Amino acid sequence: MESTAHAFKANVDHALADPNLQDSLAKLKVGFSERRRQAAERLPEFEALRDRARDIKNHTLAHLDFYLEEFERKVIGLGGHVHWAPTAADARRIIAELCQSVNARTVAKSKSMVAEEIALNEHLEALGIAPIETDLGEYIIQLRNEPPSHIIAPAVHLTKDQVADTFLEHHAKLGFDKRLTERNDLVAEARYVLRQKFLDADVGLTGANFLVAETGSSMLVTNEGNADLSNTLPRMHIVLASIEKVIPTLEDAAVLLRVLARSATGQESSAYTTLNTGPKKPGDLDGPDQYHVVLLDNGRSGVLGTEMQDILRCIRCGACMNHCPVYGAVGGHAYGWVYPGPMGAVLTPQLVGVEEASNLPNASTFCGRCESVCPVRIPLPKLMRHWREREFEKHLTPKAVRQGLAMWSFVARRPALYRRLTAMANRMLALFGRADGRYQALPLASGWTRFRDFPAPQPGGTFHARWAKRKA
Amino acid sequence: MSDALRNGDGTARAQILGGIRRSLRRGELAGEARKVVETRLAEPPRGPSVARGQLPQAEKVALFCQWAETLNATVARVGPAEVPGEVSAYLARNNLPATVAMAPSPLLEGYDWASQKMLSIRRGRGEGSDQVSVTGAFAGIAETGTVVMASGPDHPVSLNLLPDTHVVVLREGDIVGGYEDVWGRLRARYGKNLMPRTVNTITGPSRTGDIEQAMELGAHGPRRMHILVVRD
Repeated sequence: MESTAHAFKANVDHALADPNLQDSLAKLKVGFSERRRQAAERLPEFEALRDRARDIKNHTLAHLDFYLEEFERKVIGLGGHVHWAPTAADARRIIAELCQSVNARTVAKSKSMVAEEIALNEHLEALGIAPIETDLGEYIIQLRNEPPSHIIAPAVHLTKDQVADTFLEHHAKLGFDKRLTERNDLVAEARYVLRQKFLDADVGLTGANFLVAETGSSMLVTNEGNADLSNTLPRMHIVLASIEKVIPTLEDAAVLLRVLARSATGQESSAYTTLNTGPKKPGDLDGPDQYHVVLLDNGRSGVLGTEMQDILRCIRCGACMNHCPVYGAVGGHAYGWVYPGPMGAVLTPQLVGVEEASNLPNASTFCGRCESVCPVRIPLPKLMRHWREREFEKHLTPKAVRQGLAMWSFVARRPALYRRLTAMANRMLALFGRADGRYQALPLASGWTRFRDFPAPQPGGTFHARWAKRKA
Repeated sequence: MSDALRNGDGTARAQILGGIRRSLRRGELAGEARKVVETRLAEPPRGPSVARGQLPQAEKVALFCQWAETLNATVARVGPAEVPGEVSAYLARNNLPATVAMAPSPLLEGYDWASQKMLSIRRGRGEGSDQVSVTGAFAGIAETGTVVMASGPDHPVSLNLLPDTHVVVLREGDIVGGYEDVWGRLRARYGKNLMPRTVNTITGPSRTGDIEQAMELGAHGPRRMHILVVRD
């Protein structure tokens, strides 16, 4: 998809003024976040499992070439095929050619953020192949022609009433001309409409939560069962996965599964966890005749061995965005690309360029909640700070900020000057009124005071002054 | 299909693997370093043990039933002779038609279905119009109340997914503590590094949280899952 990350500030203004979005975001605090806390408390080994999950991913990344080759060897041995895609364009071309090789008219898709990353739907549509999103959230936003706003709940920005309007608009022509008001009726209608599309699809395309090198299996975690229908009913199954999804063994999968569902939705286990290993076997009564895995790099191999490597541990649970005060205020669309929230603020500059996405790592108060809930302990604030440093080095930081920082660093390196200026500023601020303990307006600071009050200095002088007095 | 599609593009492969090795500042893994990783792959280390699944067998069975019910499945504990009768009774209790699609498995054929005069059984894979399926299970996981399905001629995957109601027949002796025990059983049955085409581990009925984060049952897979836990 086309990035609008450069327009982050305008996107934020838009998001803050959208009452439906604000209603939906308010539910995040009591929904996924609270359920995650309860699920973590129910499992005494949760913190030890997080440590282990981090170590498994670190081990895999340090031997990524080895495990990818092992995975490939196993898949080929089972009669499947592996395709290596250095870029998004390569992956699009490979998938289109695979679809065309079976004269596919429709592709049943199960939610894949990597497919969003490579803008697969637009590419297939241009070739006359209809991609059908089957995850309920993805289906809703496909009807509305919107990008996902969350990596595990793509339609989390919408209210039930908005979904009801969308279904009425698109399903009336299929005979569903009554506007629904209950969630379970909306789910039932989508199930009915999509069922026939599953049965008719020529190709099933899924992502993968993990690729298991030991067995050559792709592993998928869903609640709806749509990925399983996608990999069982059509005659060709294509798995699209980025290279860092590979893990060594089934034992490693057991550890990662235990932290994934709990971190994502607070469930003990997602409803469906499925291992797919190759095409239909002799005697099988169903399953695809062909099994293809497309391995996408798209810049990831270049992140290895850098200070950003930790982001490649990400298992896409969404906990960082569920717990982020910035995401909670502006939602996912404001981030302007596929991956929102803290993990997006780190990954997006990597994948679309820091010039395009330099606002994202700045959209953080560094409160640290993301890192505190990350199942693989990615130091997200530290990685965002690395991006801010790179942004500064590349002279992408706004002029006012650079000049302000230059002034501050000039003063801060001259202690006598610093003390004189802060004492003066302290007295000046006091003149504007100390009684309320805060300012609603200040000269030259309207950018701050337009949205929040500025705290007034308390009596007793600056910190330096008080410290000196105390020591004396 | 072109050759490039059948075998993958060698240049692209070399480009990605070369990129990884450049970033890791080394060549292809060799010698002692390679041996260490090969050993880890051949003898997979287990993660931290999860205490709640490590119980005597009878308590494992009880824990399985407890979690399965908590996570929206229903459970009936029966003796082997009661299996066909419980299937009929479940269908009647829920006003479901007495017609089922059944997995053609030796395990299920061991029960006396002929005793159920009103029950109509079709054996084979799932079809879009099926209301109810009856399948066996490869294993049950006590830790989360999960049933494990291994695909094959005796267990088409479509039976796990297409019908509105999925009735699962699970023997008590097949209930294990956690995932790791299932992997052990899969390796014993299919051979090391070998797997059936599909292993579905299923925890309760299909569901979605995609509208306002509220869980609703019956998204694409079965709306109801009824598990018959059969005494050995």
